[in-house]
Amino acid sequence: MKPLLRLLPYLAKYKRTLFVGFLTVVGSNIFTVLPPLFIGEAIDLLKEGLEAKSIGGTDLVTYAVGIVVFFLIAGTFTFFTRQTLIVVSRHIEYDLRNDFLSHIQKLSLSFYQNTPTGDLMAHATNDISAVRNCLGPGIMYPTDTILAFTMVIAMMLRIDWELTLLAMIPLPFVSFAVYRLGKVVHKKFEERQKQYGEMTTRAQENLSGIRVVKAYVREEYETGLFRTMSFEYLKKNLVLARVQSIMWPLMFLLVGLSLVITIYFGGLKVIANELSVGGLTKFLIYLTMLIWPMIAFGWVINILQQGAASMDRLAKIFDTKPEVQDAEQTDHTITEIKGAIEFRNVSFTHKGAVRASLSDINLMVPKGATLAVIGYTGAGKSTFVNLIPRLYDATSGDVLIDGRNVKEIPLEVLRRNIGYVPQETFLFSDSLAENISYGTDNGTEEHVRDAAEISQIARDISDFPLGYATMLGERGITLSGGQKQRTSIARAVMRKPKILILDDALSAVDTYTEEEILKRLRRIMKDRTSIIISHRISTVKNADMIVVMDDGKIVERGTHDELVERGGVYAELHQKQLLEQELENL
Amino acid sequence: MHEEEILGKAYDASLMRRLLFYIRPYRWHVVLGIVLSVAVSGLEAVRPYFTKIAVDVNIAEKDGNGLLVTALAFLGVLLLRGVIQYFNAYLTQWIGQKTIFDLRMQVFEHLQSRSLRFYDKNPIGRLITRVTNDTEVLNEMFSSGIVMVFSDIFTIIGILSLMFTMNWQLALISLSVLPLLFYGTFLFRKKAREAYREVRIQIARINTFMQEHITGMMVDQVFNREKKSFEKFTEINAAHRNANIKSIFYYALFYPGVDLIGAIAVGLIIWYAGVDALEGTITVGTVIAFLQFNEMFWRPIRDLSEKYNIMQTAMASSERIFKLLDDKTAIVDPVHPVPFEQVKGAIEFKNVWFAYNVGLTDAETEWILRDVSFRINAGETAAFVGHTGAGKTTITNLLCRFYDVQKGEILIDGVNIKQIRQQELRKHIAVVLQDVFLFSGDISSNINLGDGTIPREAVEQAARTVGADEFIRQLPGGYDAEVKERGATLSVGQKQLISFARALAYNPQILILDEATSSIDTETEQLIQQAIEKLLRGRTSIVIAHRLSTIQNAGKIIVMHKGEIREIGTHQELLAHGGIYFKLYQLQYKDQEVRLTA
Ligand SMILES: Nc1ncnc2c1ncn2[C@@H]1O[C@H](COP(=O)(O)OP(=O)(O)OP(=O)(O)O)[C@@H](O)[C@H]1O
Ligand SMILES: Nc1ncnc2c1ncn2[C@@H]1O[C@H](COP(=O)(O)OP(=O)(O)OP(=O)(O)O)[C@@H](O)[C@H]1O
Ligand SMILES: [Mg+2]
Ligand SMILES: [Mg+2]
Repeated sequence: MKPLLRLLPYLAKYKRTLFVGFLTVVGSNIFTVLPPLFIGEAIDLLKEGLEAKSIGGTDLVTYAVGIVVFFLIAGTFTFFTRQTLIVVSRHIEYDLRNDFLSHIQKLSLSFYQNTPTGDLMAHATNDISAVRNCLGPGIMYPTDTILAFTMVIAMMLRIDWELTLLAMIPLPFVSFAVYRLGKVVHKKFEERQKQYGEMTTRAQENLSGIRVVKAYVREEYETGLFRTMSFEYLKKNLVLARVQSIMWPLMFLLVGLSLVITIYFGGLKVIANELSVGGLTKFLIYLTMLIWPMIAFGWVINILQQGAASMDRLAKIFDTKPEVQDAEQTDHTITEIKGAIEFRNVSFTHKGAVRASLSDINLMVPKGATLAVIGYTGAGKSTFVNLIPRLYDATSGDVLIDGRNVKEIPLEVLRRNIGYVPQETFLFSDSLAENISYGTDNGTEEHVRDAAEISQIARDISDFPLGYATMLGERGITLSGGQKQRTSIARAVMRKPKILILDDALSAVDTYTEEEILKRLRRIMKDRTSIIISHRISTVKNADMIVVMDDGKIVERGTHDELVERGGVYAELHQKQLLEQELENL
Repeated sequence: MHEEEILGKAYDASLMRRLLFYIRPYRWHVVLGIVLSVAVSGLEAVRPYFTKIAVDVNIAEKDGNGLLVTALAFLGVLLLRGVIQYFNAYLTQWIGQKTIFDLRMQVFEHLQSRSLRFYDKNPIGRLITRVTNDTEVLNEMFSSGIVMVFSDIFTIIGILSLMFTMNWQLALISLSVLPLLFYGTFLFRKKAREAYREVRIQIARINTFMQEHITGMMVDQVFNREKKSFEKFTEINAAHRNANIKSIFYYALFYPGVDLIGAIAVGLIIWYAGVDALEGTITVGTVIAFLQFNEMFWRPIRDLSEKYNIMQTAMASSERIFKLLDDKTAIVDPVHPVPFEQVKGAIEFKNVWFAYNVGLTDAETEWILRDVSFRINAGETAAFVGHTGAGKTTITNLLCRFYDVQKGEILIDGVNIKQIRQQELRKHIAVVLQDVFLFSGDISSNINLGDGTIPREAVEQAARTVGADEFIRQLPGGYDAEVKERGATLSVGQKQLISFARALAYNPQILILDEATSSIDTETEQLIQQAIEKLLRGRTSIVIAHRLSTIQNAGKIIVMHKGEIREIGTHQELLAHGGIYFKLYQLQYKDQEVRLTA
């Protein structure tokens, strides 16, 4: 249960309401315990009346009305209990979910690369629900149970202490059974949840990759795989059912045992004139009043355990420290950047990787310059540019902007000045206009059009019947490859960034369109810094500086002409593209 | 979203009939379950009887031994009841799980047979909900729901008959509050239903938002959108909270209300007992028993309103599931398919017209391909070039019959592909999709996609051919190295290589490379080309590329522009023609030309 302690700050926020709620629980309990007293009295009166043959309905009316009035009061209290305690649990769920999102918003790229989306979704939905679920009842029922218990037992003791003790014999077994079974149930429940998660993940993978599944005719295989997981889930459920099914019958049996004891020994006492029939009736009614709290107790233990397990999982996320964030060294006086970039002895190894992806990179890009990066697949180009907006922090060495370490620049300022086009396009299922103006606060329609024009997506958009209002499918599914990339470029350009990063962002664009885009970019990026990664010589040749990367290192650097002259890797690449042309010229 | 708004009644005959269909294989189990439940209810209902006998007979006669017998009999009944209850609880769960399993598999298989048009329209998150969550909701109905509803009804009937046989006047008196209860429940249901609908909508919104923003978190961060996204989320989250709070209000009113009505019944019983006492038809035991009946009567009624929720959620879920199962967007196989075993690979498009979004009239339809005709001979390599969005990927989609053409026909070896079973057709085609997708799992299963007939050697051979072998061996675990969701820890080019290797491992007669090397460096690309040259001999291949060096070996180049075919010919012919291709070519090489001539 320890993880639940983390909820204390959340509870503290609502301590007033919770206190009121607690009082209403006490109130409703008092008024629920009293009516049986009336009933008992009424029965006694009835019995005497029957024997004396001198009873009128009016004598019992007081009791009848009393019962109803007390229930009315108890009910009013219960109403307020729900309106306070359960409502608070919804408020806490809200706070918790907000905090969850705001926390994971700070977590870095490597966290997301290593955590399945399905897991995070399960935390945000199931786990938070489970925590909430244990809050309302978790506060209400223990209070309820303890109060009801003490009051009922006090009442029972007043009627007959011997009988009370006898009737209580099975009760410790109830608690023990609840405790033991609860543990097993909890374990089986967790196993079942895990299997559910795996089954969901499988479905997610299958449906996200449905195009591959269909292209390679893997439907039957996938179905088989899913059947196995689904069947495993069924088995886990039945194991859980087997344990859970014992719970209620056992509970009823033990409580029933109390009833049997009471009837027998209570009956003997009545026969011996040590107890009135009314007393016995009251006693029986009190005893049945204990059934619910006992059951609730077992139930509460279960949901508290589930809540604790969920909170534990949430805590793991909450305790994950963002790898990249503002720290002491952050200089909050920096509000602008100019765009000069420098790498000093930078090395980087990905989390969980054995090999370094960047080793000892030294490089200077003056403000306003264009740097082009070309190199082999997996050479570390994306890793290299990802260090600039601090998607990762260098393992060793420093990345500097305007001569300041990027760690000193407030993250917000740093990123606000960067226009980043990731190698893999991600678009939101929103309108095209929304997607383009995604990174700006006050983008007008005109700005959107300008950005679309620069990235050459404007003409495609004008062909769509709904134009800029066209809604995109998930991840932009209804656009062609090049259209997606150009939308992503428009989104970056729209920010008028000091530093523009294009990570192989023209790979799905034809050379004609590419040239048109580059031409326009050159115009607007005149005083701004650009970094362009590409595999095409035609894209990089005009850059102020070209670096060639291989296996995490910069192996060549210079302008197009210099590099061709040098006759190294770049010249060879160039040669390979020329080869074809020379053949044509023959 | 709109689907989440579906809010069925708690009982809908036609839905129920369909649901019952899934129970049919287990109908005898259900019958057994009901019998057992009735037994439990019966044993439950006789409980007050024991009290009555104990008080009215044994105690009144001061018969201690008789009392013991009654107590023991009571105990026996309790035991029996416990055992039956246990079996019944397990049995109902078993029925529920079995039924759900069948239904879930049906939904999954149904999804596998949907066409891509379906996936264009339906967000994946929603489909996952259908497969897992919605079926799960039904489980509650199938297991506890149906059997419990019956058992509750039987309990009520049982108690009622006992009450009437014991004392019909008292029975009528205690039931006189029922109209009040029914009216209250009626009001409650109406309100609770609205509140429930609102909650459902907000939950769906939360899920959609979360899913999208978790997968796109990097974009959010780089574009400083955290605050805005957070604000948007807070709004949805608050709407969800408020909807719930609204529904709490109704429940807070309802449950004490039911208890109060129960208390009124108790008051009435006591009052009437007094009135009737003088006529002498009532005994104390009867009154006590009635008070207990009253309690027992009220529990199933409370339960039933709880069951009402289960039924309502179940009906809503089943309606969504059935709507999915009724979806017709599938491409159906011909009844008498043409056998498609020995394939040479000659491809022909004959006056093909195609649109993703079909309008009512020809003019409203957004034609993506207009009157496209071309021929690719068996064993030939054909290249498609053209501006982005010209329709190149669309052509490959049509060839694999992911979509059906609206006009014209597509022939392979002279056979219209509509006459071939889709699986047969696709078995002969391997396509490297423009949007690379890797499954989480390991490298080797991403190349052979779990196909046992493609052994490890073939997997490695394919990886070697595309030059992926080297980097794969450097990963911790080599071919067994873990691949994260969507291959998150690999470079984009590496992912593309794996997806390329996949196509080669399947050893197809027709190979389609849709921008298969767009993110791969020229050197590796040329190595691949040399390596697959031998492999491709005698096979047909379609290459789509913007980098013209990629397609230099193509025997035929097809130039597309805005959904139409503009030029077809060899490299030489097209250059001589001086059209679109020539322009593209010049753009890519003009500086080099300048340099050469300089
Ligand atoms: N699933 C879809 N639903 C609706 N429209 C689509 C869909 N897929 C593509 N389109 C539209 O069809 C047109 C052609 O797209 P296609 O993907 O065939 O282009 P492409 O030639 O492959 O382009 P690229 O070179 O950019 O990949 C585009 O305008 C695109 O927006
Ligand atoms: N998150 C990660 N965890 C572990 N290793 C990684 C991760 N991301 C990349 N790598 C590895 O680091 C190396 C460099 O990757 P990077 O993405 O920077 O290459 P790249 O030069 O951009 O390649 P490409 O041209 O294919 O895009 C690769 O070997 C890759 O497998
Ligand atoms: Mg990269
Ligand atoms: Mg395409």
